[in-house]
Amino acid sequence: MTNDAAFVEFQRVQKSYDGEVLVVKDLNLSMPKGEFLTMLGPSGSGKTTCLMMLAGFETATYGEIMLDGRPINNIPPHKRGIGMVFQNYALFPHMTVAENLSFPLEVRKIGKDQREEKVKRALDMVQMGAFGSRRPAQLSGGQQQRIALARALVFEPELVLMDEPLGALDKQLREHMQFEITRLAHELGITTVYVTHDQTEALTMSDRVAVFDDGRIQQLAPPDLLYEEPENSFVAQFIGENNTLDGVIKSIDGDTCVVKLDDGSEIDAKPVNVHTAGERTKVSIRPERVEFNKDRLHADAHTLKAMVKEFIYMGDVFRFRLSVAGNDDFIIKTRNAPDAIKLSPGQEVEIGWLAKDCRALDA
Amino acid sequence: MKVTKSTLLASAVAAIAGSAMAEEMTLVSWGGAYQASQTKAYAEPFMEMNPGLTIVWDESSPEAVAKLRAMNEAGNITWDLVDVVAADAIRLCDEGLAMEYDPDELLAAAPDGTPASEDFGDLLVSDCFIPQIVYSTTAAYRPDLLPDGAPAPDSICAMFDMETYPGKRTLEKRPINNMEWALICDGVAKDDVYDVLATEEGQQRALDKLGTIKDQVVWWGAAAEPPQLLADGEVVMGTSYNGRWFSAIEEQDQPFEMLWDAQVFDLDGWIIPAGLSEERLARVKEFVKFATDTQRLADQAKFISYGPARASSAPLVGQHAELGIDMAPHMPTDPNNAKNTFLYNYEFWADYRDDIDAKFQAWLAQ
Amino acid sequence: MTDATQSGPMLAADGTPLKKSLARSLRRRKVRALALIAPLLLFVLLSFVIPIVSMLFRSVENGIVSETLPLTVVELRNWDADSGELPDEALYAAFVKDMIAAVEAKEHTRLGTRLNYEETGMSSMFRKSGRNIKRLDPEADAPFKEKLIDIHEGWGEVETWRTIKTHAVPITNGYFLNAIDMRRTPEGPRAQPEDKQILVKLFGRTLFMSLIITGACILLAYPVSYLLATLPMRVSNLLMILVLLPFWTSLLVRTSAWKVMLQQQGVINETLVWLGFVADDARLVIINNQFGTIIAMTHILLPFMILPMYSVMQTIPPSYTRAAKSMGATNWTTFWRIYFPQSIPGIGAGSILVFILAIGYYITPEIVGGTKGVFISNRIAYHISSSLNWGLAAALGTILLAVVLLLYWCYDKIVGIDNVKLG
Repeated sequence: MTNDAAFVEFQRVQKSYDGEVLVVKDLNLSMPKGEFLTMLGPSGSGKTTCLMMLAGFETATYGEIMLDGRPINNIPPHKRGIGMVFQNYALFPHMTVAENLSFPLEVRKIGKDQREEKVKRALDMVQMGAFGSRRPAQLSGGQQQRIALARALVFEPELVLMDEPLGALDKQLREHMQFEITRLAHELGITTVYVTHDQTEALTMSDRVAVFDDGRIQQLAPPDLLYEEPENSFVAQFIGENNTLDGVIKSIDGDTCVVKLDDGSEIDAKPVNVHTAGERTKVSIRPERVEFNKDRLHADAHTLKAMVKEFIYMGDVFRFRLSVAGNDDFIIKTRNAPDAIKLSPGQEVEIGWLAKDCRALDA
Repeated sequence: MKVTKSTLLASAVAAIAGSAMAEEMTLVSWGGAYQASQTKAYAEPFMEMNPGLTIVWDESSPEAVAKLRAMNEAGNITWDLVDVVAADAIRLCDEGLAMEYDPDELLAAAPDGTPASEDFGDLLVSDCFIPQIVYSTTAAYRPDLLPDGAPAPDSICAMFDMETYPGKRTLEKRPINNMEWALICDGVAKDDVYDVLATEEGQQRALDKLGTIKDQVVWWGAAAEPPQLLADGEVVMGTSYNGRWFSAIEEQDQPFEMLWDAQVFDLDGWIIPAGLSEERLARVKEFVKFATDTQRLADQAKFISYGPARASSAPLVGQHAELGIDMAPHMPTDPNNAKNTFLYNYEFWADYRDDIDAKFQAWLAQ
Repeated sequence: MTDATQSGPMLAADGTPLKKSLARSLRRRKVRALALIAPLLLFVLLSFVIPIVSMLFRSVENGIVSETLPLTVVELRNWDADSGELPDEALYAAFVKDMIAAVEAKEHTRLGTRLNYEETGMSSMFRKSGRNIKRLDPEADAPFKEKLIDIHEGWGEVETWRTIKTHAVPITNGYFLNAIDMRRTPEGPRAQPEDKQILVKLFGRTLFMSLIITGACILLAYPVSYLLATLPMRVSNLLMILVLLPFWTSLLVRTSAWKVMLQQQGVINETLVWLGFVADDARLVIINNQFGTIIAMTHILLPFMILPMYSVMQTIPPSYTRAAKSMGATNWTTFWRIYFPQSIPGIGAGSILVFILAIGYYITPEIVGGTKGVFISNRIAYHISSSLNWGLAAALGTILLAVVLLLYWCYDKIVGIDNVKLG
């Protein structure tokens, strides 16, 4: 398991606050230098606890956390040299922006001239060069966010942790900052661990995403794989929009299997974490992979009858809500292309998909 | 708007009328055992005689002078009769806050016909003061805390004798009494004390004498402290009011001994606030006449060991209402206790109190 | 230029100038607001402003001499106080006239009391002389000089008349001079005799001890407040009850409890003797002195420090300390550079509260202070309730008020009053 190239490594880490419930269960994670890794999950899934253990504000109940090959369990937070950006920025209100940035340099006993230069460079980096003498309270949320970022970076840490740093910003600013953060992280070659519960953020920013649920990493993969090849039904449902149908495996044949849905109809799917016929399964299909143009499907592909319930016009895409095999919330999406077909409510259609797009997952 | 106003007015009128009909009389006293003795000896009998009347007590005597002055300035006297020590009565009289009265007109004559002015005699120290009781500030000690073989103290000067009677003492945190005792124990004859004390040198002499025991003195502010200090063994001797010693020794069985030598008599009594309405004044006068007659003052001694201010009451003093012991031997005025006494010099202290008090406080703070 | 052409008054929809209708709507709002706060305003005025103004006035007001002896005061203007000679017959005649009127109105003894504050003996002189002067006839019995000196030899002393002349002014600085251990004399302000100088010393002691008590409260309250603010809710609620418990006990009981604890046969001494730390005959003196006052008052005032501190500390998010530590600050640096500065408003509010309460305390110093632990308030209480020298009490109170305001101003200059937060 130990990886020599790993910069940050969690080895069989467990955490319990009360001695009864494990909030982090057997966590293994290894990330190379320079990677931007996002911990994504619903609240209470253990992601923030992991971040706090890495920062040193919580201690692991069991297991080792390694940083650059050294175990850090017994190193206090201030000696870990990890930069951190907090959810509400945690800018010190009694110091000016420049003093805030200067603080980590002061405690490192860096000389005054050098300090001023580094502060200036960090402020310029986040385009806040003119704000050094302001107090945090005089800045807007986005500006405070930049300062918090600059402060976490000013002492040039090799690892930066960010705990939902964009949570308090409005959508537009958030998107802009997402871009800024990834740009800086890549430019400076910093290893970043980013915690969020916003999957868009996770998908757009990260090299890899660790999806947390129930104290475990459910899947650790690059964004595209995570979206297209979820390994279990939690990940499939948590990431992006997803249709699920319940059924039983009828037969498995290498890369494909046939699933008998609960209403008796049969469909093709790709077995992911199902192994034997007769096992219950949840099949998962992305809305944009569902076809209702028969011409695009294999001739022998299974199809299902569906009834259009609702049509939702979203500009760039059309969304239809269908009733399929007892599921009234089956969503399909088509691009608003010149040749797009518009279905109207009440219409009956036949839908199908490629077997590889439909993943048979654990029930 | 009109309705509210008239209802308000009506209820106000009703309230005033109600209070007038209930016939209340507010008496101001000291609270505690002393007030209880007044309640039992004259307030309760008086209420029985006057069924329509309620007597309300206000335990404000310690601040009576200041409060009366404030009431007077506000033009609203809510008290009907105020119990104060004689020195305060003199001050209130000087300030015009207490009513001057004629003893023979206001107060009952003795059963044998002796007029009140004669029966009270010298104790009528002010034109406004209606004496009730004689109390004394006197010393007590703990025999068990004295060194082995030390003779039982028989003089107030034991207070200044650190060699024979080592240990802490407690004295009142004011110059009155202490200055007199200091001079007496410094060799000044009793009759010359106030002449000496009127001079700067005499005052310094008294302070110097007190200075010989200053670092062994715990100064008290409330009369309840000395019995407590003595009971806790914090001090070996001290001064307080004789009534406090009585209740500690007789009611609480504390192992104290009284040292009556050079006890200082002081007086406590009523004053009628100046400016009462005719109606209230008439009622108060009736009460005062009753409450200060020979029998009532003698009755009070059943409940507390303070001597009645009337000469004619002394023979009537009986036994303690609960303990059943003879009260006469516990009276400061009892011949056995009163072998060597002197009376608080009101005139002198009215003049010198502020001056000497400032010097005394400055001396204490040194 | 373009502005000027269109700068006619803006009109509201109904044609009245916009400014006017705005002012009208604002005025209505203001009147309503004023009506809402009127009861409070009235209460503050009655219970706060008027008493303070009256106190300020009383500390200089001195109409009694010129009102009681109007003719005498006029005559005294012609008398040279430094001549060393007694005033002439005209003044004695005027004085007798004044006194007859004053005795009639029963005001001569009040004047005697007033003058006795300045010259010991005046009180009895006026009281005794009043009885005799009453019998004199202002016309038939002249001349009066000899007669008066017969009545009381004091009237034959230059000092008596000097005192009356000195204090005949309707507005006097005499009380303020007395309050700082000086006295008003014909030659101007002079120091009191040394053996009567006490008040300046008491002022100094009051300020000094209040500062020590405030300091002790800060030291003790800080860790407690920190615990209150950081412990889990259930534990901190329990702790909070312990902090507030003293509030529900009478002040007198708490102070007396300290007596039981601290006296020489008390709990602390007994324990120390029993443990052998202190010899039986060398028990510690920790009450009836400044130490006793400091201990008891610190205990009594502690909640007033803890509560503002706690409410301020509660608002300091733990992410600040975490941020500081993540940036490499040690625990101490984090506390000193990050946590402490943010808790200063709580310290400031608590200190002002405790200091101002301490400076005016008198019950506790009276009970446990002995002779060296009493405060200026004890003298104020004496002059209010015992000596009835309300002018001096008012002057002392005014000085105390001025000192507090001065310190408040200093605090504002040094720390900044916006740096005070009660929560």
